[in-house]
Amino acid sequence: MENSKPKLNLAVYWAAACGGCCVSVLDVHEKLFDVVAAANLVFWPIALDVKYSDVEAMPDGFIDVTLFNGAVRNTENEHMARLLRKKSKVLVAYGSCAHLGGIPGLANLSTREEIFKRVYDECESTVNPDQLRPLTVSSVGEGSLTLPEFYNDVRSLGQVTAVDYYLPGCPPQTERLLEVFMAIVSGASLPPAGSVIGASGKAQCDECTRLKSENKQISRFLRPYEIYDDGITCFLEQGVICLGPATRAGCGVRCVKGNAPCRGCYGPLEDVKDPGSRMMSAISSVIDAREAEEIEKIVENLVDPAGTFYRFSIPSAMIRRKVL
Amino acid sequence: MDYKPKIIAFLCNWCSYTGADLAGTSRMKYKPNVRAIRLMCSGRVEPAFVIDAFRKGADGVLICGCHPGDCHYHEGNYKCLRRYHLLKKYIHQMGIETARLKLEWISASEGKQYSELVNSFTETITELGPCKIKETMDVLT
Repeated sequence: MENSKPKLNLAVYWAAACGGCCVSVLDVHEKLFDVVAAANLVFWPIALDVKYSDVEAMPDGFIDVTLFNGAVRNTENEHMARLLRKKSKVLVAYGSCAHLGGIPGLANLSTREEIFKRVYDECESTVNPDQLRPLTVSSVGEGSLTLPEFYNDVRSLGQVTAVDYYLPGCPPQTERLLEVFMAIVSGASLPPAGSVIGASGKAQCDECTRLKSENKQISRFLRPYEIYDDGITCFLEQGVICLGPATRAGCGVRCVKGNAPCRGCYGPLEDVKDPGSRMMSAISSVIDAREAEEIEKIVENLVDPAGTFYRFSIPSAMIRRKVL
Repeated sequence: MDYKPKIIAFLCNWCSYTGADLAGTSRMKYKPNVRAIRLMCSGRVEPAFVIDAFRKGADGVLICGCHPGDCHYHEGNYKCLRRYHLLKKYIHQMGIETARLKLEWISASEGKQYSELVNSFTETITELGPCKIKETMDVLT
């Protein structure tokens, strides 16, 4: 392939993440050849053995594009977020965790102490008779050893440092990543900083092909396993909570096409301040009851509103953690 | 210093705000802790309005609308009632006492009921003390 342009320097980093975002980058499959033809991969912990000190040694702005996935939950995540900001021309919050806080953000419903207690004392598979806990600094014969400090609050990347673009999804659709990447390579004019890219401005329902009627009424909230899904009718009309109405489109309605309701990983629509409250507003207005007791009974069925409506977005919500 | 709770009241234009107005024009005395916000309908109260009020330091939020069956827009107050129950569950999960959020029906002629409601709700909130949500949000831990 003929290429007269200088190659871009590309970095991919994971903070508090599951690794799925990095795998979604690998999912470009044979298009990886196009990517490496246009870019040098200078830092990518899941695939390359490049050390943090190598990144620190890079001149500022050396990396053209960094795809940062994962939330910020400890000092190591925060250090790398700030470091990569300094070293990158374009910093992309890649995936739900970097975008909104994501699944790790659900930890904001607990405190650090509660989490440690569960993990190191109570968990059924934990054997810890000496009640050992990880220490940020411990002294050994050879000197002192350190571990990153675990924060009480999980934050999104944008809450820690300036972010140029947000590419939503859990994980983002690989096709969207390729489109964005190719746009950067081709030198096409990019949207203003702070934009959400690789997603549509419309809601999931606009792209969903399931049959929807005007008359949505829910008299009991059901879990997906409680219905015989006909594969055709709107999930909400079958009584299953689907976050489609309040979620940005762009994934190609993947979950619904796989017969699972939307969980909201693409985040809120443009200009929506609080991600879950829009969905709470929409869902409660279709409850099929007018008496307080009846409504209360139906709502009782909805076991975990915070985890359902803010599954990927607690750190970015107006109430970003449980009261301490 | 005496604790003076901050309470935000969302009042619908057609019944509750008129009811509150009646309390005023009838020169009824009631506690001064409520800041009233007039909306066209209680159905206009988005959950985000209530969450925002708590986030910015309200100790209590009161929502008032027309009695069931009396809504100027037929359905608005029922929608409000449904949102209220779900919202209560959500704020409870986030650690806000559910007693800090209250929904009551006040008609245009119920000035007296409105003043009594404000007094009793202010008392409830005073007993609960300051809401800790703003404090929690303002500090990163």
